[in-house]
Amino acid sequence: MLKQTEGSHATAEAIALCRPEVICAYPITPQTHIVEGLGEMVRLGQLKNCEFINVESEFAALSVAIGASAAGARAYTATASQGLLFMAEAVYNASGLGLPIVMTLGNRAIGAPINIWNDHSDAMSMRDAGWLQLFAESNQDSIDLHIQAFRIAEELSVPVMVCMDGFLLTHASERVDIPEQAQVDAFLPRYEPRQVLDPGEPVSIGAMVGPDAFTEVRFLQHYKQTLALHLIPELAAEFSGRFGRNTGGLLRTYFADDAEMLVVAMGSINGTIKDTIDEMRADGFSIGLVNIVSFRPFPTEALRRLLAGRKHVVVVEKSFAVGMGGQLANNVDLALRNTPAAPQVHSVIAGLGGRSITRTSLHRVFRRAVAQPWEGAHFLDLNEDIIGKELHHVRKVRRSGPTAENLLRRLDQAAQHAAAE
Amino acid sequence: MTDPTATATANQKLHFYQKGTFTVGNRLVPDTERSVQASIDRSNALTCGHRACQGCGEALGARYAMDAAMRATGGNLIAVNATGCLEVFTTPYPETSWQMPWLHSLFGNAAAVATGVAAAMQVKGRKEVRTIAQGGDGGTTDIGFGCLSGMFERNDDVLYICYDNEGYMNTGVQRSSATPPTARTATTPAMGPEPGNVFGTGKSVPKIAVAHGIPYVATATVADLHDLERKVMKAMGIHGARYIQIHVPCPLGWGSASHDTIRLARLAVECGMFPVFEAEHGIVTSSRKIRRPVPVAEYLKPQRRFAHLFKDGGDSQRLGHLQAIADRNIVEYKLLEPEEEAG
Repeated sequence: MLKQTEGSHATAEAIALCRPEVICAYPITPQTHIVEGLGEMVRLGQLKNCEFINVESEFAALSVAIGASAAGARAYTATASQGLLFMAEAVYNASGLGLPIVMTLGNRAIGAPINIWNDHSDAMSMRDAGWLQLFAESNQDSIDLHIQAFRIAEELSVPVMVCMDGFLLTHASERVDIPEQAQVDAFLPRYEPRQVLDPGEPVSIGAMVGPDAFTEVRFLQHYKQTLALHLIPELAAEFSGRFGRNTGGLLRTYFADDAEMLVVAMGSINGTIKDTIDEMRADGFSIGLVNIVSFRPFPTEALRRLLAGRKHVVVVEKSFAVGMGGQLANNVDLALRNTPAAPQVHSVIAGLGGRSITRTSLHRVFRRAVAQPWEGAHFLDLNEDIIGKELHHVRKVRRSGPTAENLLRRLDQAAQHAAAE
Repeated sequence: MTDPTATATANQKLHFYQKGTFTVGNRLVPDTERSVQASIDRSNALTCGHRACQGCGEALGARYAMDAAMRATGGNLIAVNATGCLEVFTTPYPETSWQMPWLHSLFGNAAAVATGVAAAMQVKGRKEVRTIAQGGDGGTTDIGFGCLSGMFERNDDVLYICYDNEGYMNTGVQRSSATPPTARTATTPAMGPEPGNVFGTGKSVPKIAVAHGIPYVATATVADLHDLERKVMKAMGIHGARYIQIHVPCPLGWGSASHDTIRLARLAVECGMFPVFEAEHGIVTSSRKIRRPVPVAEYLKPQRRFAHLFKDGGDSQRLGHLQAIADRNIVEYKLLEPEEEAG
């Protein structure tokens, strides 16, 4: 059914169609509207046979989901940013135990400095936690990826994180197509757990494992991710057949066939990049896009096949490992390792803490990658003026004060100065 | 000497049939009063072959508690275990001592995981299956406290059992918020002007549980296993959040002889340091009376963690402070007042 609605609410409707049995809710911006929507549906009886639990923390949210999942219920929760960090121990636990929990991550920056706006540093903080991580480009993607996520999770007995950009998607009203219940039921069968707590057939789950088997347990966890590399595209194809939409898969491309430059990105920024590509192609610039849908498992082989033989690869990402550089760029580099005639990889860090990524800036940086390639990471639209002043101040004054507050004051001074002129 | 036939109907008064001991022989009491553990039909939920230390109070407490809960639920029971001694000594991969469905997730989340299990049973229409969470005092009063309080205030249908051995024994005897003042631990060494754990710290989680107004809170001890079983059975007859804290001496952590576990547990009760009581919906309803009062020194002296209190003629000032704490418990929980006749 076509409707115009907020991304969070559309996502809540999609999750309800998946018939979750236990939902754990804890408020954190910007995912809050999703669990609020689900709470309403449970209250109104639209979502039946579902326990909606208001917990006291994100750590408890995922822990309740762990218990529910191990006891055979389809479990769901949502979080963002600090919330994901607060549940970090349980994030690893859920995947280590192989529990098919689905969690929405309304992507948001991590503090300090505290910031409620969008970037991908939260998702990246858990990139090695053993969860699958799927990134939505649009709210329709979010709907479809959640439905696919439950199926993938339960087939492999592995948890899945569906990442949707905070505010840019969660709070954006778009036209979406909400599937019918019968369609979803046909695609997503009842949850049949591979392991379950049952007095009729008692098992111990979560035993201590020493050096004798720990490597093997970890290897099998890794092996599941390699299975997911096959399962994700298969289910995307089945989904397309049933729902008539091409969503999901490991990656999606845009004008990638003949492009000399390929941009690699994740999430909602792909929309702006596509617009930019349209404009640049109109100017005769040979450019295309690879949208990474599945960051975990990382589609190394598929990406290598796509990127090999191009002249330039520009990785645009909303996160970076401090002191090291972009995580996505790093993974792209790995995919290209030992590739003959590997393209030049240009790393762009953009949109941190909700900074807008404009087409103007993208035009500039894509052209610069050819004309003036840089080493390491390029921070898009970096205000070098206030950074220079702050570094000078820190060198001069021992008690230089809190960095964030100093920068804000300099911005304010610059604004006043500009107003006076 | 009480006439045993007159007291046979009240569990609390089954103590004195054998002169000079508090042992209650199952053969000598009516069938209905016999312990779960004495029954050939007991479930052995925590079976033999585990790796607990000799004289481990926790293993004993857990065995009695789980078998009592198994009987109360007809075997329809799922246990969630916090990380700690009990988890480690019962499930060294690929072995398990649990003859019941059992889940270990993390150190600090047992209460929340149990909430999830209970919710799953509810939604699956398996209301006969009940859920227990269990952990040590570290996993309960410290790192798991947030999840515990959340489970309480939501009144989730979970019985949480804390095996209180007054410290982090699994990691090598460090202080927890259940460690008593003056006790030597690896992080409160018996050194300096105030050796051992300091006064004015720690918390009573049973009291905090009572303050949540949950349907049932009790303390119990491995020195009175009949009472322990009765409380677990009673708790399993109630729905909503329930809490039982069981005092379980730890020979390793306390520096006591393994054959003294029960004796020390009893002395802790008899001196007033560990009040044994029950509360329902926020109100303390009963306490186990002290039969033969003893000074705290008698409880503390056999434990090497308190040895510094007895060096060089004894630290009378700090012993006096500990006695005052016990005396305050005695007043607060009416531990010396005569038991009201059951009406």
